[in-house]
Amino acid sequence: MTPALRTEGLGKAFTLHLQGGVRIPVLGDVDLAVHPGECVALWGPSGAGKSTLMRCLYGNYGAGAGRILLRHRGTDLDLASASPQQVIEARRETLGYVSQFLRVIPRVATRDIVAEPLVTRGVPRDEAQARATELLHRLNLPERLHGLPPATFSGGEQQRVNLARGFAPGYPVLLLDEPTASLDAANRAVVIGLIREAKAQGAAIIGIFHDTEVREAVADRLYDVLPHQDAA
Amino acid sequence: MTGIDDPRASGTEGYNFAYLDEATKRMIRRAILKAVAIPGHQIPFGAREMPLPYGWGTGGIQVTAAILGPADVLKVIDQGADDTTNAISIRRFFTRVAGVATTESTAEASIIQTRHRIPEKALREDQVIVYQVPQPEPLSKLEPRRAETERLHALADYGLMHVRLYEDIARLGHIAKAYDYPVMVNGRYLMSPSPIPAFDNPKMDRMPALQLFGAGREKRIYAIPPYTPVRSLDFEDHPFRPIRAPHACALCGSTESYLDEVLTDDAGGRMFVCSDTDYCGERQVAVAQEAAE
Amino acid sequence: MTADLPQTSGRTPLLNAEGLTLRFGAIPALVDVAIDISAGEVLAIVGESGSGKTTLLRVLSGMMAPDAGTVRWLGDDLHAMGEAARRRLMRTDWGFVHQNPRDGLRLNVSAGGNVGERLMAVGARHYGRIREEAIAWLQRVEVDAARIDDLPRTFSGGMQQRLQIARTLVTRPRLVFMDEPTGGLDVSVQARLLDLIRGLSRELGLAVLIVTHDIAAARLLADRMLVMRRGEVVEHGLTDRVLDDPQHPYTQLLVSSVLAA
Repeated sequence: MTPALRTEGLGKAFTLHLQGGVRIPVLGDVDLAVHPGECVALWGPSGAGKSTLMRCLYGNYGAGAGRILLRHRGTDLDLASASPQQVIEARRETLGYVSQFLRVIPRVATRDIVAEPLVTRGVPRDEAQARATELLHRLNLPERLHGLPPATFSGGEQQRVNLARGFAPGYPVLLLDEPTASLDAANRAVVIGLIREAKAQGAAIIGIFHDTEVREAVADRLYDVLPHQDAA
Repeated sequence: MTGIDDPRASGTEGYNFAYLDEATKRMIRRAILKAVAIPGHQIPFGAREMPLPYGWGTGGIQVTAAILGPADVLKVIDQGADDTTNAISIRRFFTRVAGVATTESTAEASIIQTRHRIPEKALREDQVIVYQVPQPEPLSKLEPRRAETERLHALADYGLMHVRLYEDIARLGHIAKAYDYPVMVNGRYLMSPSPIPAFDNPKMDRMPALQLFGAGREKRIYAIPPYTPVRSLDFEDHPFRPIRAPHACALCGSTESYLDEVLTDDAGGRMFVCSDTDYCGERQVAVAQEAAE
Repeated sequence: MTADLPQTSGRTPLLNAEGLTLRFGAIPALVDVAIDISAGEVLAIVGESGSGKTTLLRVLSGMMAPDAGTVRWLGDDLHAMGEAARRRLMRTDWGFVHQNPRDGLRLNVSAGGNVGERLMAVGARHYGRIREEAIAWLQRVEVDAARIDDLPRTFSGGMQQRLQIARTLVTRPRLVFMDEPTGGLDVSVQARLLDLIRGLSRELGLAVLIVTHDIAAARLLADRMLVMRRGEVVEHGLTDRVLDDPQHPYTQLLVSSVLAA
């Protein structure tokens, strides 16, 4: 079976020009593969580069070396060398990402924020909003909040908006960066349910789960991310 | 013979026929030819100082002088009337400097110089009508930059003019422009018809006579060759409508001519009469004859 | 390496330019600039004042000719096509939204007349339909339709800017140039406007080329970003990658100077 996402010799270093050009290598030779229906948890000490790896996989950070091959439209797209337009297209259709932070245009209603990825995929607005409402309900976000912009929401509420937005389109590949960090037990259980359903529908999931309970509930295996050996 | 009509005896010795020197006439004729070749397009020309102030018809006079021959019969009207100061002065000017015959009859004239009207009687192929034009640029009020209006004409970019008409309808429910109503000439150039009433606009369309326009201060000449389509701007759902006062002429009874409102006393008394004096006079004679017969 | 890439994203750009160079005396305003933009894409040009971003916008929109280099619209050389063709583009396939709405609006013409002008410029001659279209666009940009006959000078800055956008988009252009469109507005009004621009771009498949020094706005709005400094493009790519993983020293400085973009 072809992996939904795999990396070959992925490396990443940062050059800080404002600090005299110091070069900080973070990732080296990462070979990771995740198959449809599988959930891989990134595992490693804090500062080992788990979040950096996630961001490289999403194309948010440019890869320094190697390839990131995403199964997109029936063929392998190398996100490390893809054009911005190709990355945008892959993000629209194939690759979803739930970060720890919600970054949206101020004053846009929560329901519209969640529906937007569906709308850009061509789903009619009504249908997209219905799906958004359903997910927000499931994540225990009361209806009265759906029409409000999330700027004034609590951290947990914002995270649930972010989760709804990430799960709404049903991406074939989903990246989850600490999706349950600020959630209570009831909502953690909802997220576990969402992840299991996504897997059942064939989604490949890569996540960072600090919460042992969640990790054990959803992860099929762990992938060790180690601090880079030849750090400068 | 001596008298006011004899150029030699009237102190005009040494003046060229029709006042302008032949080189100037040639320059103006070239501008006229070019104007005829590009209907509705404004041609710059080197307007001369004339022995009357700007605004009194210096452009029209120069065009008339450039096309006038000794055999021509000249009619000059101002607001439709042959007997107003401006009309009389210009007629006498040409009598003096060219010795041409003049007339008040539209039918007898070969050249008609006009300010603010087109005669009611239909003009013929063997006639030329010369309009005095204060502001030749129809877009001047909307776009003050000359270079920009020229560019708009070059590109036939006339949305702006329609914006003006749109504004009228939005504010007043109808197009408010009652005179100097903009026209499209030959489907190409937006043109100012000079301050004639919108009532006269339809007369310009496919007129058999050659129409020439002279603007002295603005130094522009433009023309409409005979039988050229001239269309007043409008909207499909707000079509152009020529407007006249809803009365009959108090003198000749015409219900078709353009009327002037004349105050007759200090007590608010008024009457409506034809603005075209020749037309009105002819009709009065005809009516009187009919009555006598 | 690229041989096995899918070609699905290989759209021909609407506008592309290469080798753009322009000097103002001794000052290099543009240095070998290349850029392209495709349908449905929002491209932000960022940089500090004097970096050449507005000059670039002027050259790309044909308002100014470069010393060297070419700008192509659907493959045709923009600066070779003549002014008539460029102006036709300006009132059909293109739109331009100025920083100051007063530069893009006719202040002595009603809101409806402002929106209707481009329709009339391309031949609309039915007053009722022009008015209907104007009302639909006013509603779309959230200007009260009851104000259709009011002069724009009675509008707030944010309303004027939305009116300018309605006036520009009424003829369904394919590419809109925007020069600091949220420049003079309150922060709260800026947000509405950003949302509006992005929504319209998505809905209409509009390409938007936006010049701004507001990095936070560019992050929310733009798919791609181009960073300019002293007339040069020092970095370009995916917006979030340029901002989160900047490579060039200047971009790193720019990003680190922004308050929580």
